[in-house]
Amino acid sequence: MPLIPTCRIAAGLLLAALTAGQTMAATIKIGEINSYSTLPAFTEPYRKGWQMALDEINKAGGVHGDTLEVISKDDAGKPSDALTAANDLIAGEGVAFLMGGFFSNVGLALADYAKQREVFYLAGEPLTDAMVWQDGNHFTFRLRPSNYMQAAMLAEEAAKLPAKRWATIAPNYEFGQSAVAVFKKLLSAKRPDVEWVGEQWPPQGKLDAGAVVQAIAATEPDAILNVTFGADLVKLVREGQARGLFKDRSVVSFLTGEPEYLDPLKDEAPVGWIVTGYPWYTITTPEHAAFLKAYEDRYHEPPRLGSIVGYTLMKSAAAIIAKAKDTDTESLVEAASGIGLDSPFGPIVFRAADHQSTLGAFVGTTAVKDGKGVMVNTVYKAGGDFLPSEAEAASLRPKD
Amino acid sequence: MSLLLAQFLAGLASAASLFLVASGLSLIFGVTRVVNFAHGAFYMLGAYLAYSLTTHLTGPLGFWLGILAAALLSGIIGGVLEILLLRRIYHAPELFQLLATFGVTLATQDLVILIWGPDDLVGPRAPGLTGALPILGQFLPTYDIFLIVIGPLVLCLLWLLLHRTRFGILLRAATQDREMVGALGVNQKWLFTSVFALGVFLAALGGALQLPRTAVTHGMDLSVIVEVFVVVVIGGLGSVPGAFLAAVLVAELNAFGILIYPAISLVLVFLVMAIVLVVRPYGLLGRREGAARAPLGALLRPWRPLHWVGSLGVAVVLALATLLPFGLGRYGLGVATEILIAILFAGSLQFLMSVGGRASFGHAAYFGLGAYGAALAVKWLGAPMELALLAGPALAILGAALFGWFCVRLSGVYFAMLTLAFAQIVWSIAFQWVTVTGGDNGMLGIWPPRWAARAPTFYWMTLLLTAAVVLGLRHLTFSPFGYALRAAWDSELRAEAQGLRPKRLQWLAFTIAGAVAGLAGALFAFFKGSVFPDAIGIGQSIDGLVMVLLGGVGTVSGAVIGAIAYKAGSIWLLSQTDYSRLVLGLLIVFLVVLFPKGIAGSLQAAWLTIRTRRPKTGPGA
Amino acid sequence: MSALLEVENLAKSYGGVHAVRGVSFALEPGEVVALIGPNGAGKSTCFNMLNGQIRPSAGKVRLDGHDMTGLGPPEVSRLGVGRTFQITATFATMTVRENVQVSLLAQAGRAFSPWRRLAAFAVDRATDLLELVGMAEAAARPAGELAYGDLKRLELAIALATSPRLLLMDEPTAGMAPGERIILMRLMAKLAKEKGIGVLFTEHDMDAVFEHATRVMVLDRGQLIATGTPALIREDATVKAVYLGEGLLYGEPGP
Repeated sequence: MPLIPTCRIAAGLLLAALTAGQTMAATIKIGEINSYSTLPAFTEPYRKGWQMALDEINKAGGVHGDTLEVISKDDAGKPSDALTAANDLIAGEGVAFLMGGFFSNVGLALADYAKQREVFYLAGEPLTDAMVWQDGNHFTFRLRPSNYMQAAMLAEEAAKLPAKRWATIAPNYEFGQSAVAVFKKLLSAKRPDVEWVGEQWPPQGKLDAGAVVQAIAATEPDAILNVTFGADLVKLVREGQARGLFKDRSVVSFLTGEPEYLDPLKDEAPVGWIVTGYPWYTITTPEHAAFLKAYEDRYHEPPRLGSIVGYTLMKSAAAIIAKAKDTDTESLVEAASGIGLDSPFGPIVFRAADHQSTLGAFVGTTAVKDGKGVMVNTVYKAGGDFLPSEAEAASLRPKD
Repeated sequence: MSLLLAQFLAGLASAASLFLVASGLSLIFGVTRVVNFAHGAFYMLGAYLAYSLTTHLTGPLGFWLGILAAALLSGIIGGVLEILLLRRIYHAPELFQLLATFGVTLATQDLVILIWGPDDLVGPRAPGLTGALPILGQFLPTYDIFLIVIGPLVLCLLWLLLHRTRFGILLRAATQDREMVGALGVNQKWLFTSVFALGVFLAALGGALQLPRTAVTHGMDLSVIVEVFVVVVIGGLGSVPGAFLAAVLVAELNAFGILIYPAISLVLVFLVMAIVLVVRPYGLLGRREGAARAPLGALLRPWRPLHWVGSLGVAVVLALATLLPFGLGRYGLGVATEILIAILFAGSLQFLMSVGGRASFGHAAYFGLGAYGAALAVKWLGAPMELALLAGPALAILGAALFGWFCVRLSGVYFAMLTLAFAQIVWSIAFQWVTVTGGDNGMLGIWPPRWAARAPTFYWMTLLLTAAVVLGLRHLTFSPFGYALRAAWDSELRAEAQGLRPKRLQWLAFTIAGAVAGLAGALFAFFKGSVFPDAIGIGQSIDGLVMVLLGGVGTVSGAVIGAIAYKAGSIWLLSQTDYSRLVLGLLIVFLVVLFPKGIAGSLQAAWLTIRTRRPKTGPGA
Repeated sequence: MSALLEVENLAKSYGGVHAVRGVSFALEPGEVVALIGPNGAGKSTCFNMLNGQIRPSAGKVRLDGHDMTGLGPPEVSRLGVGRTFQITATFATMTVRENVQVSLLAQAGRAFSPWRRLAAFAVDRATDLLELVGMAEAAARPAGELAYGDLKRLELAIALATSPRLLLMDEPTAGMAPGERIILMRLMAKLAKEKGIGVLFTEHDMDAVFEHATRVMVLDRGQLIATGTPALIREDATVKAVYLGEGLLYGEPGP
């Protein structure tokens, strides 16, 4: 196996000196950063997604005749490594702008870097609301539906349930904390009769499933909100099923419908949970069908949500460059504000007021089909419907 | 009542795997005195192998065979590793084995991804044990019952092995007195190998038995190893019953902790570990063990001030470093600044290790306190950078003085573990006190003021501080205080008999090292413009150790060279390959085997050899 | 008026085992007193209590009338007690001269001093001490490389560095060549005589004991069973009984 799959071989420190003499004026360099070594389950499909988009763009003649080139870096899941990588890309490689990010804290760090160095940053995955609201800045845009949006989508469904007593389980870090807080707020607003009877905050990746399940069961909730994912989710599902936690209870769960997290569970996938996710097998829109075919032809495997994020992020980048007609930061920021484009999920807009895209998510219930976990009764919820108005969103941002 | 019982039983079930892994670690330490960092990697390997085997061998028999075979296979791999790697470095000072096994851990993380792919894998459930039994109105999974039985069962089997077989008697003899076993004519080499294999077998079995409960992931090694360290230290290194007791204690703390205050789970076990170490320094059932490894000091021949060639060299290097901004671009300067900060951090740890004689496993605590001290001063007090650069070290000094007071009472592995516990407590506070520290989102916008914002200016400022402090540390090394400190761990007995007060000296050294690490942290905050809990993480502490050991613990230049080599190497690797951990891990292993004195130490030894070949023969180093 | 060292009913027990029980004696300046007894008689325990390493279970220790019972080794050292150990304790990673220099720090109040280098500290005094024990030639050698006999001499220089009024020497000549032993013992006797240092030592080599001690105390199973001049002790029936059982008095130390 090759050790160096994507990155160019370059002589680290000397590079800064060498790039001054670049000859290919017709190449636009884009810096990309993600947690490749820490979270390959998400970031590998993500990489495949943006690579496919990149090839499509360049095959079609690039952007205004210029070829796009992506220089990709690993942040090892650490904000400080991400900042090193960002500095490397901007100061060393001379890229026009930055994109990527998975963890919320990495995204926030990159956003702050973008603000400090006045660099355009197009974030893909980081879900925290702070990216575009409390800590939003002039230079940062975000593609994926945020914590708030997903919470709003789920709260809408949860409000329809008869359940009055709710318990929550979420990983004990910013993502879990803010997901629970927003969900609570939105659901309580819709249903003042709801009672919050218990909460569990296991450390991310270290869920002590038996004890947590037992503790939640003891609070006798009617319904449960789950925000755990990955290995924690597997433990929760297994212990919960063995101990009868989910019996006669509704469960509403963040992210669980994403193939990244649902596939590993195979026939043990929970049944009847209300989840957000990506049911690529039920989507029939022509935009998605075209994407699906191209992806499967190219990689001989089904896409995951990461593929969609990577693909759409790259397409967004190209659209922004095309509209900006230049690669200086101000032109890019101006072009990105309010730009509209087509994604495999349909048309999306990066809102001018808060730089959040209106990419939506699918909500459905989980089921087991042919020994595999799937989402059924899926509905696409357009992101725009679950965001506060632009004026309201703008008021959430710091004045700068 | 039934809730409490159910919670108790859930805790017992979690304790089983913890005990298996911890008992293996404890056995290995007891006999070979190696703190096997790779123990978590073997736990993970056991789980992955079990996944592969049980998905191929179907049927109830196949499942259990698969679990057992996975553990056996891992044990054999462990034995081979012992023969190929550890045997070569038993003579090296303590901590080098830890460093080497850390390298193995790094490499394994990438190897596992290469072999099994990046996805979380969910193995089959245990045939016949998928249901649950109603107990007092609560459902208890039958697999949990199985685990609850397996823990004490393995404890009994180990007891029988240790007390009723010749192998076991030799093992126990070796745990108590290694020389004697050698004298008995027992082949010590193979005793070590078999103990290592046995320990790894237990770790892998612990991992394999997790298969029906959780997903197999490439991050499970690190999540278990820290907890297992905690268990082994609480139970007493080398004590198998202690490991059992501590595993149950830790698992029950987790189980009941979440009932009382769910968010405290992160910090609770470390608090307990710190308390146990303060009250019973050798753990619940541990005994005081003499160090079997050569102490770090064995590497250090009498210190000597620099030869004039060396002084000239330092001057030249400093001059070149000052001129660097004229030759490097902004990126290069960024890397250079990061390296300077790493030098400061490594230098502080090196001072503690070579002069203070103690290897901290949680030095990141003071780096982090420095970083957060600076950031908090900026965010909450609106302090300018000049003031924040003082506030950071000040907070670090407070932390180091407080924790150090407890830590210096211990030595060796126990000291390392207590420092680790304190660092984890600080980390948990930074991670969980979201309203003040921003939790894992960190604190952003800690940028330097306009005058220092330009890359060259910030670089020069960092260079000035780093050079001044490192030279200061070096001076301190040769000062009366440095020697008194050195005396205190060279021979505590003698130092005390001369009226020196070792604990006070070491406490001051600990605080000085903390202050310097704090300065590094504060600079780091302004360099990155932000602070994150990573800065206090285990990774940061280990980075420091690797830098010092890589460079050579014996000389101040070791910290400098180690920091440059490690930091530049890992930044470069990270930009060149997705398998940086594999490369870095193997590199560390090779360096440890080839240059047990570290880079600078080996250079120094070579230089001394050259000098002593000249007519004026002195005693060779 | 009081003696240099007064020990009163000193006792130490571990659990139910009495290692030392009710030992009392006094020692005058310039006296060279040997404490002998078979292995396990409690000699080392006694020593360790005298210099503060072990806290006595009962009894009093006074130096020049000052009660120093229960003080730790650093405090005892500051009061003027020097000590050598059965297995030499020196600073292996330092040179011979540095060993002595560092030993002078605490008394000079410079142990926490960050100023100047140790190399420039008390060079003359260190040289004098090394000359006294005949180690001046080896001043620049690493202590870790010394032969055992040299280490013993270095340790004596270290112990003398604090200008002790009382010197405790635990088997000062063990492991030395016969010639070296004599030199060391004579040095010890000379120091006691010229500087008025009180010396308490334990020794297995009975020739050394009978030649150099001004007084001999015999310890058996934690109790003093006889005290007197060497000549007296040599003829004491109880002592003979104790030692003949072990076959030690005139032979080589047993296993």
